[in-house]
Amino acid sequence: MKVLKLVSKNATRHLLRTALTILGLAIAVMAFAVIRTSIDAWYAGARASSPNRLVITNAISLVFDLPVAYKDKIAQIDGVTGISWAQWFGGTYVDPKNFFPQFAIDGETYLDLYPEYIIPSEQREAFLSERNAVIVGRALADRFGWSIGDPIRLTGTIFPGEWDFVIRGIYTGKMETTDESQWFMRYDYLDERMKVEAPPRAGQVGSFIVQIDDPSRAAQMSAFIDSLFVNSLAETKTQTEEAFQLSFVAMASSIVTGLRIVSFMVIGIILLVLANTMAMTARERVSEYAVMKTLGFRPIHIVGLIFGESLVIAGIGGLLGVIITFPINGLLAEVIKDYFPIFKLDPLTLVLGLVSSLIVGFVAAVFPTLKAVRTPIVDGLRIID
Amino acid sequence: MSESFVELRSVNKSYWRDRLEIPVLNNINLSVPEGEFVALMGPSGSGKTTLLNLIAGIDRPSAGEVSVNGESVSQLSEGALARWRSRNIGFVFQFYNLMPVLNAFENVELPLLLTRLSRSERRRQVETALTIVGLADRMKHYPNQLSGGQEQRVAIARAIVTDPRLILADEPTGDLDKVSAEEVMELLSRLNKEFNKTIIMVTHDPRAAEKAHVWRHLDKGELNNKQ
Ligand SMILES: Nc1ncnc2c1ncn2[C@@H]1O[C@H](COP(=O)(O)OP(=O)(O)OP(=O)(O)O)[C@@H](O)[C@H]1O
Ligand SMILES: [Mg+2]
Repeated sequence: MKVLKLVSKNATRHLLRTALTILGLAIAVMAFAVIRTSIDAWYAGARASSPNRLVITNAISLVFDLPVAYKDKIAQIDGVTGISWAQWFGGTYVDPKNFFPQFAIDGETYLDLYPEYIIPSEQREAFLSERNAVIVGRALADRFGWSIGDPIRLTGTIFPGEWDFVIRGIYTGKMETTDESQWFMRYDYLDERMKVEAPPRAGQVGSFIVQIDDPSRAAQMSAFIDSLFVNSLAETKTQTEEAFQLSFVAMASSIVTGLRIVSFMVIGIILLVLANTMAMTARERVSEYAVMKTLGFRPIHIVGLIFGESLVIAGIGGLLGVIITFPINGLLAEVIKDYFPIFKLDPLTLVLGLVSSLIVGFVAAVFPTLKAVRTPIVDGLRIID
Repeated sequence: MSESFVELRSVNKSYWRDRLEIPVLNNINLSVPEGEFVALMGPSGSGKTTLLNLIAGIDRPSAGEVSVNGESVSQLSEGALARWRSRNIGFVFQFYNLMPVLNAFENVELPLLLTRLSRSERRRQVETALTIVGLADRMKHYPNQLSGGQEQRVAIARAIVTDPRLILADEPTGDLDKVSAEEVMELLSRLNKEFNKTIIMVTHDPRAAEKAHVWRHLDKGELNNKQ
C-alpha cells in the first residue's frame, strides 16, 4: 500500500537517527532478555525439581547437620518409597576459583532417587565397587578435561586434608534443565575418614532426600516427619525439593529483585529513546501534516502514518534485539556457567522482549499523534521550516 | 452576474490569544462567479491568507457564511469538510509545501490516494497534470532536485490533479525569481482560460496581479473593491 511506502520513506528520512534509535532499541531488548534469563537461572534448580522428592535439613540452618541414623525412622513412614542422604563436601580443586558443587552421597540409594542423571550401568557398578570413586556431570568433566580413570585430588576445606579420587562415571542430564556440573563422591569414603580423624563429625549428613509416592500429600508428610524429631537434639525441617531450591533463591532475593527492577527500567529507557525520536519527527513534520490535511487527509491517516512509523522502528529494533540476544546470551552463559550451569534463553522471554518493544512503539506514538491531529491546519501551515 | 461560485456573506474572523480577541477580518462580503480570476492584495497582516483559508475550508469564520458552489462550507463537519476539500479545492502555497520524501509523481499522486481510482487511472491523471505544468520529464525527481519554479509547478499539478473547480493560491510567486514567477503566472492564467478554473490568488506582486481579471484589496480586515 501507498501509506506503507510513505511510512518507510518517512522512517528512513533521517537514516542515522533511525539507525541509532533501532540500535538503542535492539540493545535494550537484548539487555532485557539477558537480565530475564539471569533471573530464570536463579530458579533453574527449583524448576528442575521433582514433586516426588522432599528434602530434610536441620531446622536451625543448612550449615548444621543431622544424624544419619534418622534414616531408619523416616524410611518406615507410610508413603515413603525411598530415602537417601548427602553431605556437602566443599573441597578445592587446584585453585579455589575452580568452584563446583560436590556432594558425598550414599551410592546405593542416591542415584535411584535421581532418574534424571543418566549413568551407564557399568560406570555405576564401578562407582559402587570402589570407595574413592566419583561420578561427575558431563559439563564438569568437559570443563576440566576429565575422563574416566583420571585420578583427582581435592583439598578439603570443611573436611580438612588431601583427598584422592578416581573418576569412575560421567552422567548426562535427561532434560535440558538437568544440572550437569555436579560431583558425586561416596559418603562412606568421607565418613570412614571422619571416624578416624574427627569422630564427632562422623555419622552426620547435610540432608536427607525422601521419595514419596503421592506429591499431593507432600505438606502433610513434611509436617509428620518434622513432628518425629521435635525435641530431639537436631530438629528437622522438611520441604519439597522445589521449596528447598527456592530457599536458595530467597537468600539472593534482593539481587533477583534488583534484576527485575533493572529489566523494567530497561523497557522504560527504550520508551524514552523512541518517544524522543518520535517527538522530534512529529515536530519537524507539523507543516507536512497540515498540508496533508489541507489536501483532504483525515486524522485517521495521520494516526496511521505516525503509529506506522513508530511501530516499524520498534518492530525492527525488537527483532534485531532478539537476534543479537542469541550470541550475547550464549557468550554470557559460557562465562558464568560454573555458577549458573543452567542459563537458557526462554522463548517466552524473547516474546516478551518483542511485545514490550511493540508496546513501547505504540506508546511513543500516542503523544506526537495527538499533537499532530489536534494542531489546527492554519497553525501547522504557519510553521515554516 | 447573478450566479456566484464563491460567496462570502458578512464574514468576521477573530483569533483568540490569551483571552485577547484579535480581530482579523471584519464584515467581508465577496462574490466570485465561476471562471473568474481574482487577485487579492493588501499589506502584510491585512488578513489575505486568513480569507483564503476560510474559502478553502481549512479554517472557520467567527461569524457569517462561506459558500462554494452552493455548499455552505462553514457548516460542514470536520470529516465532511476534509472530503469536500479533497474534491473541490486545489491549494497552492507560497513555499510549495511538497513532501520531501516523495518524488514529483508521488507528490502529485498524493491527493488521488483519497479517491477510489485504480493505479492506472491515477497514473494517467498524474501524467496529465504533470504534462499540463510542463514537467512530464521530471516525474522521478525529488523536490530537492528541482528549482523553486519547478517545485511550484509540481505543486500546481498536485492542486489540479483531482480536477477541482476552484484553485486557491497564496502568494504562489512570492518565493520565485522573475522568470519562474512569469512561468507560474502563465500557467495559472492558462488554467483559468483553457480549463475554466476559478482562481483566487493572493499576491504582493503587481506583475503577477496583471494576469487576473479582478482585483480586490484588503486593508485592516476590510475588503475594498478596486477594479
Ligand atoms: N492562527 C493565528 N493565530 C493568531 N493570529 C493569527 C493567526 N493567523 C493569523 N493571525 C493574525 O491575523 C492577521 C492576518 O494574518 P494573515 O496571515 O491573514 O495576513 P496576510 O495578509 O496573509 O499577511 P502576509 O502578507 O504577511 O502573508 C495577522 O495579524 C496575524 O498575526
Ligand atoms: Mg499571507
